Amino acid sequence: MRHTISILVSNEFGVLSRISGLFSGRGFNIESLSVAETLDAKISRMTIVTRGDDKVIEQINKQLNKLINVIKVTDFTDEEHIERELALIKVTSNPESRAEILSIVDIFRAKVVDVSPRSYTVEITGDEEKINAMTELLRPFGIKEIVKTGRIAMARSPKQK
Amino acid sequence: MKKIGAQIFIDCLLKEGVDTIFGFPGGAVLPIYDVLYDAPLNHILVRHEQGAVHMADGYARASGKPGVVVVTSGPGATNTVTGIATAYMDSIPMVVFTGQVPTALIGNDAFQEADIVGITRPCTKHNYLVKSLEELPRIVKEAFYIATTGRPGPVLVDIPKDVLMAFADVKHPEKITLESYQPNYKGHPGQIKKAIDMIMASKRPVVYAGGGVILSNASDELQTFITKLGIPTTTTLMGLGAFPGTHPLFMGMLGMHGTYCANMAVTNTDCLIAIGARFDDRVTGKIDEFAPFAGIIHVDIDPTSISKNVKVDIPIVGDVKNVLKELIKGIPGPKGVKEFKKNLEEWHAQVTGWENTHKLSYKQDPKGKIKPQYVIEKLYEATKGDAIVTTEVGQNQMWAAQFFKYDKARTFLTSGGLGTMGFGFPAAIGAQIAFPNKTVIGIAGDGSLQMNIQELATAVQYKLPIKIAILNNMVLGMVRQWQEFFYDKRYSHTCISVAPDFVKLAEAYGAVGLRAKTIEEVEKVIKEAMSIKDRPVLMDFKVDQFEDVYPMVPTGQPLNKMLLV
Repeated sequence: MRHTISILVSNEFGVLSRISGLFSGRGFNIESLSVAETLDAKISRMTIVTRGDDKVIEQINKQLNKLINVIKVTDFTDEEHIERELALIKVTSNPESRAEILSIVDIFRAKVVDVSPRSYTVEITGDEEKINAMTELLRPFGIKEIVKTGRIAMARSPKQK
Repeated sequence: MKKIGAQIFIDCLLKEGVDTIFGFPGGAVLPIYDVLYDAPLNHILVRHEQGAVHMADGYARASGKPGVVVVTSGPGATNTVTGIATAYMDSIPMVVFTGQVPTALIGNDAFQEADIVGITRPCTKHNYLVKSLEELPRIVKEAFYIATTGRPGPVLVDIPKDVLMAFADVKHPEKITLESYQPNYKGHPGQIKKAIDMIMASKRPVVYAGGGVILSNASDELQTFITKLGIPTTTTLMGLGAFPGTHPLFMGMLGMHGTYCANMAVTNTDCLIAIGARFDDRVTGKIDEFAPFAGIIHVDIDPTSISKNVKVDIPIVGDVKNVLKELIKGIPGPKGVKEFKKNLEEWHAQVTGWENTHKLSYKQDPKGKIKPQYVIEKLYEATKGDAIVTTEVGQNQMWAAQFFKYDKARTFLTSGGLGTMGFGFPAAIGAQIAFPNKTVIGIAGDGSLQMNIQELATAVQYKLPIKIAILNNMVLGMVRQWQEFFYDKRYSHTCISVAPDFVKLAEAYGAVGLRAKTIEEVEKVIKEAMSIKDRPVLMDFKVDQFEDVYPMVPTGQPLNKMLLV
């Protein structure tokens, strides 16, 4: 099963390598990874998407916690949370297809961020499903290139007090 | 007052209570060696950096204090890697300081530059690159704290030369706080209660104790717990000495070369109490058939050890010593204990039966070649077990584990996890330095010993009366044994009959060399060796080349499928 794991780490050089080394050294797989500073500049957040059965995920959790630079590990999988990715999609366009591409962009509330005589570059944010859906709709026009960020996630605030 | 970085570094070590360091000088650490010239520290000059790390390791295993190593950058640093990995696998507290090229040159492929922090990341508990002199005292303090607390392990600190040569007025921190590192020492009371209930309800319990008991200095508590309830006990290779080897409840070591009794008991137990052990593959054999009838209790300070290899029913995360104390408190009153012991009678009879069916044994033809096991037994008799024994890796290690009885913790030092040939001799040096007046025996094979033989010079220089016993069979015995059993006796590259004359070699180094070729000579040689107090002795026992280690559980087989003598 796929898990989205959020890791708070001290913002020091070499920490990313400790985490990725842990995954590679123990044969765990990283599907996506994103890292950035948090509100506290001394702390960074890594969001890792990984896959494994319960036993593997338990080991990943414990092994991450064991690293000296790791402050907190949260597995979002069983928690209410929001997930987002961002994709830039460069799609072939010509006078006949432009209107249709723009309407797809509109429907997905994406935006065109670069235009050339033969292509549009579209920026879309959303969860994986949304990005995949739009990618599929754009594919017939000819996708030249696609660049995606790793997934980021945040727990939802409790609805009731 | 401003001080030079190297002096601040030495001050840091002294503040940590360090009195002995193992090292080898070089360009990047020249500033340290300049301060060492008249520092109140015992510096042991090794002949190879790997030797330094194994010595620090042996020192730590024998004394419980962290081992300290200082080496230079580049090759000095990379030579420490095997030693660090050895200590890491066996959770040995150690701090290794490596010199580094000046910060401005890092990444430039400078002379004697190696990214040792990158190289050792997967085999240290933690490591550091010091980027300024101001942070040096904090990092050194953290390094010792991390190495010695929780599940211990090696920590490496890489110090660039310009940091050592800078001047600063620094404060040494009294306390450190690591937000993200807080080992859990106390076991959960609810889990401890559950464990007691499971134990008291069992009819065929077994205690399986590992190196964690020794690391936690908990052998007294372990013994109290076991003897109160009368539970048959086995230990791992790393756990030898955690429970007295001569105790009637001791079944011997378990696992691939464990005793018939221990392996049968673990296979048939209904309650396996694992204490400070980690279910290594050499212990469990075929994992699906390990302790198939048992509820498993697992006490370990490292949460990652729990349910890593074997699914555990009652995990208790905590320091073994603390948890054992709580378990002892939880034992019911005399009436409950009496009833429990009565329920165990049948089990004890069965265990005794196994014990008597296939004892550890070998056949010594009085006119034939010396059997290696015979040498170990004679060493045991000569010392009455009052010795620190180190081993190399292979057959010598297994026979030392089987035929010498260890009654006390920290008297059997061996590379259990990594299985490092070349460990035993330098480890013996480290142990002898920690305990100058104890008898230290290094049990070696002719193969392993040659992997760090250069340290003979170190042992001679410091007049260490280490007794090295070479079980010289002129082959890489354990590999040869596997070739005999599983590779159709095709002895590919395991014959090492081209070897030095060990007696002459010892003499060349200024040590004493003795040789035994016949059975009569064995005791004579040992006696003479024991009488030498001012230098190392190398005993060359010419032993039977084709002796095998039994019992043996072939890889992938369950524990009860042993090859027996």
